Amino acid sequence: MKFAVLAFPGSNCEKDSFYALKDVLEEDVTLVSYQAESLAGFDAVVVPGGFSYGDYLRSGALARFAPIIPALKGFAGAGKPVLGICNGFQILTEAGLLPGSLQKNTAGKFICRQQKLVVINAQTPFSSRYQAGQVITLPIAHGDGNYYADEETLQELEANGQIIFTYQDNPNGSVKNIAGITNQAGNVLGMMPHPERGVEEILGSADGIQLFQSLIDFFTADEVIVHE
Amino acid sequence: MTVVKIFVNYKDSILNPEAETIKKALGRLGYQNIAELKVGKSFELTLADGLTQEQIKSEVNEICDQMLVNYNMEKYRYEISETEVI
Repeated sequence: MKFAVLAFPGSNCEKDSFYALKDVLEEDVTLVSYQAESLAGFDAVVVPGGFSYGDYLRSGALARFAPIIPALKGFAGAGKPVLGICNGFQILTEAGLLPGSLQKNTAGKFICRQQKLVVINAQTPFSSRYQAGQVITLPIAHGDGNYYADEETLQELEANGQIIFTYQDNPNGSVKNIAGITNQAGNVLGMMPHPERGVEEILGSADGIQLFQSLIDFFTADEVIVHE
Repeated sequence: MTVVKIFVNYKDSILNPEAETIKKALGRLGYQNIAELKVGKSFELTLADGLTQEQIKSEVNEICDQMLVNYNMEKYRYEISETEVI
């Protein structure tokens, strides 16, 4: 499976994602510059964490004007999997690929720690290796992780099964304890926790492996799991 | 020269943790009379001469739509003024 990991000025998790996919999962992975204009030939795209464009204006707000974004929108529009992690999640909301937005943590500080998550929907290309209701541990590291969407959007997210992960103990004030959501089609996932940093026990958790393994299953399966 | 001042702020329904933190800190300093505190952004654009009011408004609205405002959480207003070139 061919993964692209995007890198914007200020991204700082692209090499973590590259390492997880290349060295731990042993998949084909390429770092793709924000200046590229094509994602042809890739099977999945990771939009990594960091502080693209210094988080100036709003987190992710300036990255969405990078030259690679039209190709990313085309890739997502074609139903191919896109995973936005942390700042990648913020970029996907700003680019209009995911609903809602992320604002400052209610705790008034940057939070960096291992966090327990509940898997809400295990029938997606990103979560099929988990069980619904399973509690997993992944690291979080963010100042702007407080997910917000209006009531109408939240009802749609719930009705469509678009809430994939919630926090067990909400660290940042996110509505409905939301840690990760997909778009309506189910092929774009944005999440604040870092699965790419949870791929080896020595890192504190290896629960992130199943997320990437789910994607690989999705790609290699004869019968694809359709997100309902 | 035409100067446009754009003010972007959170919608009233949105709790802004930054504003809440500043309000609490002012409370600790002894300022107990602040019922509400808002934190927003302001932008000042100096525009080229020769634009009509309609052109200015249209461009400012477009800039806000495209980049300066996230309508999920924010709202904006702006003021247009003329300044003398010194």
